[in-house]
Amino acid sequence: MSLATLEPPPQAVESRTNRRESRRLGLFEPKLVREAVFRSFTMLDPRAQARNPVMFLVEVGAILTALVVGESLASGAPWGVVGYQGALAVLLLLTVLFANFAEALAEARGKAQARSLRDTRRLTMAARLNSHGEIEQVSSSELRAGDRVVVETGDVIPADGEVVEGAASVDESAITGESAPVIREAGGDRSGVTGGTRVLSDRIVVRVTAGPGESFLDRMIALVEGAKRQKTPNEIALAIILAAFSIIFLFVTATLYPMARYFDITLDIPTLVALLVCLIPTTIGGLLAAIGIAGMDRALQANLVAKSGKAVEVAGDVDTLLLDKTGTITLGNRRATRFTPMPGTTELELARLAALSSLADQTPEGKSVVELARNGFGLKPEAPDGSRFIEFSAQTRASGVDLPDGGSIRKGAPDTIARHALEAGLQLPKGYQAAVDAIAREGSTPLAVARDRAVVGLVTLEDILKPGIQARFERLKKMGLRVVMVTGDNPLTAASIATRAGVDDFIAQATPEAKLAYIRNEQAGGKLVAMMGDGTNDAPALAQADLGVAMNSGTQAAKEAGNMVDLDSDPTKLIEVVEIGKQLLMTRGALTTFSIANDLAKYFAVIPAMFVGFAPLASLRAIDLMGLATAGGPQSAILSAVIFNAIVIPLLIPVALKGVAYRPIGASAILRRNLFNYGLGGVVAPFIGIKLIDLAIDPILTFAGFA
Amino acid sequence: MDLTWIHPIWAVGLPVALAIPLGLWMTRVLDPPPEREGRGLDALATLVTRAIGRGHPTPMTWLEYGRAMLAFNLALFVITFAILWAQPRLPLNPDQKGSLAGLGYKDPAGVQHDGADTAVIFNTVCSFVTNTNLQHYSGEQHLSYFSQLGAVMWLQFVTPACGLAVMLAVIRGLRGQRDVGDFWRDMVRSVLFVMLPLALVTAFSLAATSVPMTFAGSAPATTLEGGSQAIARGPVAAFVAIKQLGTNGGGFFGPNSAHPFENPTPWSNLIEVVALTLVPMASVLMFGRMLRERRHARVLFGVMLTMLLIGAGIVIAAELRPNGAMIRPEIASGPNMEGKEVRFGPVATATWSAATSATSNGSVNGMLDSLNPMGGLVPMALMMINVDFSGVGSGFLNMLMFVIAAVFIAGLMVGRTPEYLGRKIEAKEVKLAMVAILIHPLVITCGTALFAATTWGSSTTANPGAHGFSEILYEFTSSAANNGSGFEGLSDNNPAWNIATGVVLLLGRFPSLLLPLAIAGSLAVKKPTPPSLGTLPTDNFTFGMTLMGVVLLVGALSFMPAVVMGPVADALGKGASPAAASAQPRVSQPLVQVLKDAH
Repeated sequence: MSLATLEPPPQAVESRTNRRESRRLGLFEPKLVREAVFRSFTMLDPRAQARNPVMFLVEVGAILTALVVGESLASGAPWGVVGYQGALAVLLLLTVLFANFAEALAEARGKAQARSLRDTRRLTMAARLNSHGEIEQVSSSELRAGDRVVVETGDVIPADGEVVEGAASVDESAITGESAPVIREAGGDRSGVTGGTRVLSDRIVVRVTAGPGESFLDRMIALVEGAKRQKTPNEIALAIILAAFSIIFLFVTATLYPMARYFDITLDIPTLVALLVCLIPTTIGGLLAAIGIAGMDRALQANLVAKSGKAVEVAGDVDTLLLDKTGTITLGNRRATRFTPMPGTTELELARLAALSSLADQTPEGKSVVELARNGFGLKPEAPDGSRFIEFSAQTRASGVDLPDGGSIRKGAPDTIARHALEAGLQLPKGYQAAVDAIAREGSTPLAVARDRAVVGLVTLEDILKPGIQARFERLKKMGLRVVMVTGDNPLTAASIATRAGVDDFIAQATPEAKLAYIRNEQAGGKLVAMMGDGTNDAPALAQADLGVAMNSGTQAAKEAGNMVDLDSDPTKLIEVVEIGKQLLMTRGALTTFSIANDLAKYFAVIPAMFVGFAPLASLRAIDLMGLATAGGPQSAILSAVIFNAIVIPLLIPVALKGVAYRPIGASAILRRNLFNYGLGGVVAPFIGIKLIDLAIDPILTFAGFA
Repeated sequence: MDLTWIHPIWAVGLPVALAIPLGLWMTRVLDPPPEREGRGLDALATLVTRAIGRGHPTPMTWLEYGRAMLAFNLALFVITFAILWAQPRLPLNPDQKGSLAGLGYKDPAGVQHDGADTAVIFNTVCSFVTNTNLQHYSGEQHLSYFSQLGAVMWLQFVTPACGLAVMLAVIRGLRGQRDVGDFWRDMVRSVLFVMLPLALVTAFSLAATSVPMTFAGSAPATTLEGGSQAIARGPVAAFVAIKQLGTNGGGFFGPNSAHPFENPTPWSNLIEVVALTLVPMASVLMFGRMLRERRHARVLFGVMLTMLLIGAGIVIAAELRPNGAMIRPEIASGPNMEGKEVRFGPVATATWSAATSATSNGSVNGMLDSLNPMGGLVPMALMMINVDFSGVGSGFLNMLMFVIAAVFIAGLMVGRTPEYLGRKIEAKEVKLAMVAILIHPLVITCGTALFAATTWGSSTTANPGAHGFSEILYEFTSSAANNGSGFEGLSDNNPAWNIATGVVLLLGRFPSLLLPLAIAGSLAVKKPTPPSLGTLPTDNFTFGMTLMGVVLLVGALSFMPAVVMGPVADALGKGASPAAASAQPRVSQPLVQVLKDAH
């Protein structure tokens, strides 16, 4: 676990938030809007448009209508007819432009996000070590994977890489927004460094792992810029549904012409095109790409770099979350909270002995023992001169102090201390094992203290849960996720913490193999597993997991294996990832529903207007529920429907970009909510919208002499 | 006390109640656990399959199953074609009926062509092989007893069994079996253990209500005026039983169950209306038992039942009002009795109309063309939806396609990539399901458009304007839904109609059997995900409403323009313009006359 992730000082959290805020652009940032408007026109190129079949169909319809306008002009049709057909052609073109704008705006926002990250990658000079170990100054753009560079205090790290020599404190605020420096050192799981970050102290040698244009940021920028944007499987499936609906409506409108011939009615081609465009799912068709880009964009706002759009989508499906205990569930360090003396020893005496044995212990646990003795018992433990401190070693499995008077104090795992006592022929105090078990059962770690090999008491080391973690898990459970705690603790301790934190399961005494086995086992049951990791030994598990989030501070191997990188290296980020994924899918579903539900009202607007002028079917005026087709003639109803259909796209851009709000209230409740908002709302909204538009344009049409 | 609702309550309540034990029975006999295969009752099935050289069940993949199904249907097609063609040379023909091809027809120009029309055989064969029973001929006039039994009735047993067999295979696929069963064994079991016993019980019950059952030729009778008349009769009870049970609908007599020999009393009417919906209802419950998803099955059942009740309610309400043509000027009050049998009355006829169009059966006990416009809209709407219980086996499969579409949209809305019964719905399944959903509106709108714009349609309708358009629309809808009922008024026995509807019949049947099979095959190999709180539940009220919404919305959006130009304009025209009403004084004509061509 990296130090940086443990407890960021409050001001760091604040600055990170500010940093993210600064990256969170206004929805309609003027600069981006200008860029998007320009792009909407260049995207009219049919070759580009063909990527989106629904909008392609609209474009074809617009061209067809424009041709009819030309023909009407040539044949000297009355102004009302030409004006109506011309208005339709313009509106259809606008519909395509609006859809293009939505996609271009989402793209521009993504690019702007990426740009703010890329700004950190200014070209710098790098001190490259050549094969003779000599330093040569080169531009960072000349670095290739495998090169070794020296970075010293105050230098900017020239490229992504891994520390191979030395340790340094690094300021990563440029990419994470986190102002507190972090330690990066050779070996272990904190060796990853990112180009653009600054070394604050010390000297390190970095092996470059990504050449120019290959770093994570570069890849992500390419992804956002669309060069490598591929449709995700779910997008493809949804596109099939949209295409199927488009085909149905193409046939429904195309067959209307011959059907009307039965009544000796010849329908007007532009009106049929207008009906078709109203019916095909242009709303979702126009916003689909924007929704996908916005999903990645939201991930980026959370400082998560997704390697593909699919990774974000998968996040919504995750069933099982593997979370490290330390740093995620608990604050990280166990603290001494209680002394339990054995018969014959007082609590004060035990506290003194325990503190003495821990004086040289620089681990957080050791320090907390001294602290408890000092604060809880008013002791000022000081080792007499000539004391010899014994470091913890794997052989003795205990640490402590040998006093100059020949006495010895040891502190260690209860079974080790007990064995030492038994080997010396001493009896264990009565109730020793019971006391050990009692502490372990409550999820704490017992430490035994012995004087001259005789057990004198126990120290309770307690794991402190992160504040608010139970509430977060409660939320995850309501989302339908299983949370699994991964810990190196023994099963008894793990079980107790698991219960206190409210996780569903735990992997105790976890080894990388155990994690991998657990993931495989879950997957065999059909579940999707997400995990976060940073170490090289996490790499297999990260690769095996359906969603592997690597910490940016982690090793290169871990980052390669995962499908997302968390720039903040924040282990609780998995929770956010899942919500972003769910939001993405929900937005797609909601806007599809809205788009299709809209059609009902459009039928009621267009169909009566279409037939009202023909005697055999004039009675259809009765199904004009909205009371349209008023003074301005039936054209007003048709134009109103087309206008509504067009402007609903830009009106829904905020929903597409921000996403439908996700609340963990259970699948059925979410469905009811969304069905009410987007299903029922989708049926009702156009009735109101079309009527209002009709009221507004009817006088204009009358004035312009359409009727 | 108002007793209006007694009949509908029995007509719907009784099959619902009977479907529960029948669903259990069907699960037991059609899907025995491996250790009980070929033992006890199932030994009978083994005996029969041994006779066709398949003593041991061979598990088939979905593709093999589909091929076997197609091969079987192709054989049925050829054999039935031969029987109808060679009718005069075959036995059991006491009334010397000629070949069905000798029927002759009137062309669009009104010129009579005698004989030599194989198109009617093509149409008839398509119609019976697809479990539709759209009849462009009149059974008692044109078919020998051999054809009635060997071609028509035999198909009435095996085609619903075929639908049931495919349904069994699909369920096994959804259960995760790569081997979806043995088609031949499923066929044999379906006929032997479901269709045959049910038909026997029903036939005996019908015979008890005086439905004739004889192989004697038509009875000569002298009328009061001294004229002589041949009164057609035959093995009617057996025929009517399976006609009702197997969502077939093809009557022994032209007027179908309006004919006094097919449906003589209110009691026979009740038996027949119960038989209409019984097997489709029970098969939905069987689905729940086989998959151990009984709550999900009950939701599907509930959606179907709700739509049926709404439909029946609308027709009943419409028919309790006076005939639309007689409101202004008010000629008659009381319910609309046009085209109805006095012994059944408006409520029983309306109930039957809803049930027969919902189930893709298509038998009638009154004249659909004579329903009030709002009432007449319901049978058409139910066939356009085509998932309301619908055909034995096939109806459920149609609904399954909508379930997949609903699961996809609703699944997205709860924030997961969609899954059904724990299995991910991806591009492939969506594609297959959407094709299955697409075909139905496409063939209906295209067919209607083609005939509406040409003399093929315009010269064969009996009425001008919206009503005539409705006749064309209805014929194509009925064919595509494999229903087989006729709105009538249409001169549909000519090559254009026979060929067009024949093709539509095939397109309405086989893709909607094969595509679900392919989906099941694709889902079977996917790893199921256990449900969690975040999974879309498919077994509650919310999902039921979603599913119904999807079905109704897709139906409304696909068919609204056509329906508006047909029945809706018809209704508005009748109500609004007294001139139109008086132009067509459609006072009740002698029933046999009205119903002559009916179905």
